[in-house]
Amino acid sequence: MNNNLKKINIYAIYLGAIILILPLIAFFINAFSFRWFYPQVIPKELSLQAWVRLKLIPKPGQRTFEGFIELWASNPAVIKALLNSLSIGFLVTIVSIIIALPAARVLGLLNFRFKKLIIFIMVSPTILPPIAFVLGLNINFISWGFSGNYFGVCLVHLVPIMPYVVLTMTGIFANYNPDFEHQARTLGANKTRTFLLITLPAIAPGMVVAALFAFLVSWSQYLLTFLIGAGKVMTLPLLVFSTASSGNPALTAAISIIFIFPAILILFFTSKFVSGESGATSGFGKI
Amino acid sequence: MGGERLKIILSLTPPLLIIFTLFFGGIFYGFLQSLGYQPAIGKYEINFSAYYNVMFSERYAKLFWTGLGLNLWVSFASTFLAAVFALFGALAIRKTFFAKTICNFIYSLNLPMPHLVVAVGIIFVFSQSGLLARFASQIGLIGSPGDFPVLVKDKYGLGIILAYIWKEAAFFFIILMSVLQSLGENFEELAQSLGANRWQRFRYVILPLVMPNLFSASIIVFAFSFGAYEVPALLGVIYPQMLPVMAFEFFLNPDLNARSEGMALSIIIAIIVMILVVFYFWLTQAKIRKD
Repeated sequence: MNNNLKKINIYAIYLGAIILILPLIAFFINAFSFRWFYPQVIPKELSLQAWVRLKLIPKPGQRTFEGFIELWASNPAVIKALLNSLSIGFLVTIVSIIIALPAARVLGLLNFRFKKLIIFIMVSPTILPPIAFVLGLNINFISWGFSGNYFGVCLVHLVPIMPYVVLTMTGIFANYNPDFEHQARTLGANKTRTFLLITLPAIAPGMVVAALFAFLVSWSQYLLTFLIGAGKVMTLPLLVFSTASSGNPALTAAISIIFIFPAILILFFTSKFVSGESGATSGFGKI
Repeated sequence: MGGERLKIILSLTPPLLIIFTLFFGGIFYGFLQSLGYQPAIGKYEINFSAYYNVMFSERYAKLFWTGLGLNLWVSFASTFLAAVFALFGALAIRKTFFAKTICNFIYSLNLPMPHLVVAVGIIFVFSQSGLLARFASQIGLIGSPGDFPVLVKDKYGLGIILAYIWKEAAFFFIILMSVLQSLGENFEELAQSLGANRWQRFRYVILPLVMPNLFSASIIVFAFSFGAYEVPALLGVIYPQMLPVMAFEFFLNPDLNARSEGMALSIIIAIIVMILVVFYFWLTQAKIRKD
């Protein structure tokens, strides 16, 4: 009796896993078949046409190394959006870590008045929806000249990212012992050497996780980029959204696959660190 | 001592500056605009007419109240269902079985997936010519795509709810797995040795233990789904429309007067979320005091 029940449980888990993975399967079928008509479950023929139309794979006959290079060098829309997404993500991540590092250290190691209030202010962007601030900010950015350019988009991405980076790194510093730094200093190491040889190795694992989360939050930002970028800064989520609205499933699926690839990669590398205890995990809910 | 204070202030200023100027500044300026203060089009008076228009004028009242209803329904339904699915998934998946690691990975797979992609995936699977409709047609359940129920772009927000369940169940799952892992099985074994059956062990042992984490995760999910734009924009209909989409469309309206109404809506969304969060903190604080 007990054994049977367990089997049913296991089948339920398998069923759940299959249901959960259905969208992903649909992405791949759509992306690699151009005429996938109802009611076919499995497409009659595989095709790279979606990728050719997106100018990611050259036409048949030109699929040599030079063919690929030439095509990509012609700067197709997807490559442009991909480069924008990547560079904005990297830049914003690095800046947010540099800004958050001293703040997190102070918040993690020291006790002072108003500390709780300051933490509350820091995390408030994670609670309130982005639409609450971005409409007003948009007007400000227009008058400051930040609207419709790369710099403005980077700046606005800092808002949803900052709280997670500060929170995650505060958690790291709360378990960090600064006495090692004092020892290094008394032994004659200067500030830079102490930071590079003592502090950095100790906080590096947590910092990498914080950085990956920051990147992912920036990577999946739609509304903020759309409004502040004013259509002039194209990133992958914007491309996915506009293609999905125009309703070509094959093209949408192909761009989506490029869009989700880093996300899955990051999950793969961080699954060890991801747990309900980490402040960063709550960031996942917002992506 | 003075040096330390300076250090604290200097370290905290940059991130606080970003939060204050961009985040609170944005909210404040949005609030000003919602009161009708729009120097760009030469309007300097301050009044609550945008709020009144959105909520009570003949033109928008119906749109607003149905939208608010849809918002509450979508957020409650998706938060509750995602939490329930994740709870059963997490409880079942603790035991060892064949391909456990793969299942674990699949169950967390939607975690880093952007909401936008999940919404597109829901279209691919649940639309009338989607994967499920094709399966149904293969086994003879339906004939033409029109026979398949409208689950995406429907007026009950079912597609939106499905997308949020897909995405947030993974979030709940991760949180529950780590709570259950840290608890171990001692409590359950103890309850079992005292004669508790499966239901009793679930109801009186596991549920109270995971409830605090489940509840705080629910608040995050509820607040997010209440104010998010992408999913309802892709999977919703024009009427009834969820509030964030409505706010955004007001804002993009070429009529600059509609801008105040858009801002008013976004402020209303923020206030509702804020009330909810305050209520949550009050609830947990009251519980701590009681314990």
